Amino acid sequence: MVELKTPRDTVSPASGHPVEDLVVVPVRNHGRWVAAVAALAALVGLVGSLAKNDNVRWDIVGDYLFADLVFDGLFTTLWLTVTAMILGLALGTLIAVMRLSPSPVLHGLATFFVWIFRGTPLLVQIIFWGYAAALYKYVMIGVPFTDITFFRAETNSLLTPAVAALLALGLNEAAYTSEIVRAGIQSVDQGQTEAAHSLGMRPALTMRRIVLPQAMRVIIPPMGNETINMLKMTALVSVISAHDLMSNIQDVYAQNYQVIPMLVVASLWYLALVTLLSVPQAYLERRYGRGTVHAQHVSPLRRLLGTAARPLRVKNKEAGR
Amino acid sequence: MSAPTVHDGSTRTVHDESAPMVRAEGVHKRYGKLEVLKGIDLTVRRGSVCCLLGPSGSGKSTFLRCINHLDKVDGGRLTVDGELVGYRQQGGELHELREREVAERRRDIGMVFQRFNLFPHMTALENVMEAPVRVAGTTKAQAREEARHLLERVGLDDRAGHYPAQLSGGQQQRVAIARALAMKPKLMLFDEPTSALDPELVGDVLDVMRQLADEGMTMVVVTHEIGFAREVGDTAVFMDEGVIIETGDPCQVLVEPEQERTRAFLAKVL
Repeated sequence: MVELKTPRDTVSPASGHPVEDLVVVPVRNHGRWVAAVAALAALVGLVGSLAKNDNVRWDIVGDYLFADLVFDGLFTTLWLTVTAMILGLALGTLIAVMRLSPSPVLHGLATFFVWIFRGTPLLVQIIFWGYAAALYKYVMIGVPFTDITFFRAETNSLLTPAVAALLALGLNEAAYTSEIVRAGIQSVDQGQTEAAHSLGMRPALTMRRIVLPQAMRVIIPPMGNETINMLKMTALVSVISAHDLMSNIQDVYAQNYQVIPMLVVASLWYLALVTLLSVPQAYLERRYGRGTVHAQHVSPLRRLLGTAARPLRVKNKEAGR
Repeated sequence: MSAPTVHDGSTRTVHDESAPMVRAEGVHKRYGKLEVLKGIDLTVRRGSVCCLLGPSGSGKSTFLRCINHLDKVDGGRLTVDGELVGYRQQGGELHELREREVAERRRDIGMVFQRFNLFPHMTALENVMEAPVRVAGTTKAQAREEARHLLERVGLDDRAGHYPAQLSGGQQQRVAIARALAMKPKLMLFDEPTSALDPELVGDVLDVMRQLADEGMTMVVVTHEIGFAREVGDTAVFMDEGVIIETGDPCQVLVEPEQERTRAFLAKVL
């Protein structure tokens, strides 16, 4: 290496200060400080007024927060969220693959499904499934246009409110999930499929081993959103009294008229569950992020704990340069 | 146009050692109205290296992709080791095979792509193990051992646990070669294997290919590396606008070409 030594390397031309003693001063954002103080003051005021507001009746919130009735509802809400998401994801993946199929019939059917279930309000679909008995009194499985039946049952005994809620939420979710999965599959480079085919892998194996695992990276973040949405949308099934958290809360305030405190109880629980749900999402993202440039080798928990300190450290590093 | 010749039932595997590995007879291919291949006749001898050269858009990559049925032939016949690829001949008709049957025949044909196309969610070792385990049904332990051996052959045994994103282009392409070799193919197709590489990394990949040719692998190579074609190739094929302009000994075709079109191309790339 040749070392070039010119006067500029040691002394800055403008002032004659030695270069290594120069200090970098970041821009001072006075406006940002004023805005932060104002926002914090507003927040403290709001929280304070809520805490002191007698109409919230914190004593009632406390009484019901851990009531059996609330736990029963919570259990139904969780159960409904999980099964509806599983149904949505399984059916949605199938619909996505059908929509990408070269067969015009399969493609058409899948498009029709998405059109119907995405095009009508979820609330309407929930009530529809809840009152399906008004449309078909019996559910029968047999050969169409003949008297041969393999299975026959009363609609009302099959479609309990819980089952109706599950069907409504799951089918609606499938319509949205199929679009997410389709986008994920299409985001995978065509060369991946060609490489797999050139190795003698069949289309189904290629989809399972090569395309879907890579599509997952694109699919997981919106699916996390969908899960959180689903958890809250289960509240809608209270219209067919499926005994979820919201149904039970409504039952209580219909009797004691304490609407606001009961809604606070419900909100606290929904908030707690949503917070818990973001943890597995971070782990899944890490699992399917393998091999990407941004793959994090720290666990999401540590990342969560580390975020508070990191931006500061980066800033210091930049300032010190 | 060439109607497929009728060989009453002779398309079954012959494994005649003197028979050519690849035989193309009047191969046509079009994308909509655009005719990309206008009747390609070519034979590749067993154990030989055939280099396809020509300007971009000449159809050389398309022809290569037709050999393992990634692109479908519209007319003519293409056989690998005496077997039609992607079709079954019945009398005067070529019936397209099911995906499962096509996959079966592709196992014997390795392919290396310009953009590597390694599976990014698997390590180098897993990339090489994938097809033997999932397609050939090899046990994981045995596949792992063979994969390690293959990575060693391409000089990357110390990179087995790396993901493709952590490897340089040249290293990725060598893993891709190892991955194709893992299925023990009898024919290797290379689609511009060094075109996406930094100039300094080209050498390593060409070395691996040279070594493979020395071991007697039958190879069809689409390339712009005139030097490689001259040194390693047994045959050089110059293509332009969907037809073969000139075929022969690389030293002949690439040094003293007979056709004006070949001379013009060489003058530009050399």
